[in-house]
Amino acid sequence: MASNFKITPEHIALMKDVLIEHVPHAKALGMTVVNAAPDEAWLSVPYDAKLVGNPETGVIHGGVITSLLDNACGIAVQLALPERMSIATLDLRIDYMKPATPHLELVAHTHCYKVTTNIAFVRGTAYHTDETDPIATCVGTFMLAANRTMPMPMTPEAAAEALAMLAEKKGGVE
Amino acid sequence: MSKEKEAPDIDVMMQAIPYARFLGITIDQRGNEVTTVLHFSPQLIGNPVLPALHGGVIGAFLETTAIAQLIFEAGEGALPKPIGITIDYLRSGRPVDTYGRAEITKQGRRVATVRAEAWQDDRARPIAVAHGHFLLKAVDEFADK
Repeated sequence: MASNFKITPEHIALMKDVLIEHVPHAKALGMTVVNAAPDEAWLSVPYDAKLVGNPETGVIHGGVITSLLDNACGIAVQLALPERMSIATLDLRIDYMKPATPHLELVAHTHCYKVTTNIAFVRGTAYHTDETDPIATCVGTFMLAANRTMPMPMTPEAAAEALAMLAEKKGGVE
Repeated sequence: MSKEKEAPDIDVMMQAIPYARFLGITIDQRGNEVTTVLHFSPQLIGNPVLPALHGGVIGAFLETTAIAQLIFEAGEGALPKPIGITIDYLRSGRPVDTYGRAEITKQGRRVATVRAEAWQDDRARPIAVAHGHFLLKAVDEFADK
């Protein structure tokens, strides 16, 4: 997606369908795409008792934040790429600033701030409602053209092609 | 059958954590070695085209592996809180069971540094490694500083 690409609510609906509903772990966490822009993504995960990491406090496990940030970073990278390309996470560093508050939704905002020939650089923040009061921050790098890919679902045609590739794989279980 | 316990039963503690049950993580504790096991289930997939495990699942598994090792060595008590963790993804996680081991690089009074690795069929070919810092006291105390 070039940087001058205009993202509409229809694009976001297509992304939700292909990138969440058909990605088993994103779906299992109840993830959703809240918003998107060129180079940027906002995703959320609702509070759920099954995601608790400390049964005494009811605080969500850090791993849920890792999954949310990883997923949101990947989508921000896809939105920053000039053409369809597969990506693979090279590394991801997460810093935890404070525990998540029980019963509140988690939101991640990620920004892919640099794309080179082989590598995309991305950073992000996880928070409840105020991005300046972060629960966690992350920085990651992604390798480009790492493996077989499906198109970013930014047009109905691309979404249909992506869904066909997903159907062929039967949800990832061979 | 009563057995004198020298170390906490980490699997019992792990099964008390809802998220560990959600992911399907169990602990294989043999003598002084702790191996974490991430049992494959379709809901762990993050890339259905390859298919491959979700990167966040691998990160969460490594974090849990590090915490299990800390509990094993530092004893029962408050759960160690992650301060920061860096995950290097080395190979895509195939849709099979994954194993994890961790070692404490340095244990201080308040903070421990831990290295963890995850592998599938061949331990010499890890799919991911991580190193992280964990707070051994209440996180509130840390956050206030």
